[in-house]
Amino acid sequence: MDAIYTSLFEPIGADGMIGILLILNGLKVTLIVTFFAMILGALLGIIITYCKTSGKWYLKLPADIYVGIIRGTPVVIQLVILYFVILASFDIDKVTAAIIAFGINSGAYISEIIRSGIQAVDKGQMEAARSLGLSHNQSMRHIILPQAIKNILPALGNEFIMLLKETAVIGFIGGVDLMRAGEIIRSRTFEDMVPLFTCALIYLILTYSFTLILGRFEKRLKQSD
Amino acid sequence: MIKIDNLHKQYGDNQVLKGISISINSGEVVSIIGPSGSGKSTFLRCLNLLETPTAGSISIDGEVITDSHADINKLRQDVGMVFQHFNLFPHKTVLQNVTLSLELLKKMTPQQAQEIAIPLLQKVGLADKANVYPSSLSGGQKQRVAIARALAMQPKIMLFDEATSALDPEMVGDVLDVIKSLAHSGMTMVVVTHEMGFAKEVSDRVIFMDGGHIVEQGTPEQVFDHTSQPRTQAFLSKVLR
Repeated sequence: MDAIYTSLFEPIGADGMIGILLILNGLKVTLIVTFFAMILGALLGIIITYCKTSGKWYLKLPADIYVGIIRGTPVVIQLVILYFVILASFDIDKVTAAIIAFGINSGAYISEIIRSGIQAVDKGQMEAARSLGLSHNQSMRHIILPQAIKNILPALGNEFIMLLKETAVIGFIGGVDLMRAGEIIRSRTFEDMVPLFTCALIYLILTYSFTLILGRFEKRLKQSD
Repeated sequence: MIKIDNLHKQYGDNQVLKGISISINSGEVVSIIGPSGSGKSTFLRCLNLLETPTAGSISIDGEVITDSHADINKLRQDVGMVFQHFNLFPHKTVLQNVTLSLELLKKMTPQQAQEIAIPLLQKVGLADKANVYPSSLSGGQKQRVAIARALAMQPKIMLFDEATSALDPEMVGDVLDVIKSLAHSGMTMVVVTHEMGFAKEVSDRVIFMDGGHIVEQGTPEQVFDHTSQPRTQAFLSKVLR
């Protein structure tokens, strides 16, 4: 009990904030970064998918390189390089930098999700649409995408969960997210268990409740088949 | 009406069509028969450019569709196609499957499109299914909807790619009846089929393909009953047992 009190409800360090507030602020940062990175990632994912399926080499090549680099390197390195090297000369706050880094990272994965969602639609659908005289774009819009979205949405939910957990490395650029808040408490109170378990529990609650929502949602998508 | 000249198609090193030249007249019903891998489906799919020929030319009503400047989408509006696996749009109702092209390409209002679609669905005997989704239909019903969908654009030519091959035997009759009535209505049709009885009954001309070539063509009687080609004889003796 003492440990809980010391880590969560006592003023910690020079700023005098109590532990629980530190954690809630961290949680806020985690959620903000995840949410906006997801939006940025979705936009980038759509653009990348378009480039990749355009059939034009000058669009496809950069898109392939982008996805290759992002998927081939750890997100921590991408985050640190972006903040300390690429954005070094810009006056940009850590949360924004994190949103950009995780958005760029997520975009690569989301483009793969969209691509495989489109590829999972039977190729006879495109042929039937084209045989009626629809253009490629009309076929995509009216026939392929409405079916692909059913494959894409559940996978996007998983990507959101992955992203939420991956943002735990924001501390590497000095941002105070949920994980980093726990670390601050740990280093100032010398209590290890309570702050770490508190953080882990919050992550677990977030991902688990999101998984539940996703499950319901998927069930409803299936019903409409 | 359709003139095909020295048509070639190859995938990598694999030559599927090795120089096909035929003409098909307006109102003619042409059946293409032959063993699997003979190139008959590929040939059919070249006629609406679902496959791009590697060499040779196809013209429809004097317009060279294999020309790189040809408006493929416009051309396809005049060439309906029915697929082996129906390829109905599962997220659209039966009616919407038929009206889609009318609304998108002919810019009709939903009411105008319905006025065309409902009689077509009546023609294939499925007007009562207009508002259900394809998943609740049997294979034979799906294929009849697919025929109605292809007819919606009032094509000049209909292509059938093994339209009954994926059906349960008791469904085949209904679909063949629809295709037959279409043949009798004067539609120009090219039919790839394994239904020899059907080919014999409705065709004006039967083409036997093997190994990417046209081996023989003629009236159903000539091909089925009086063929002189050993390859045709070998094929027919296997399928007509």
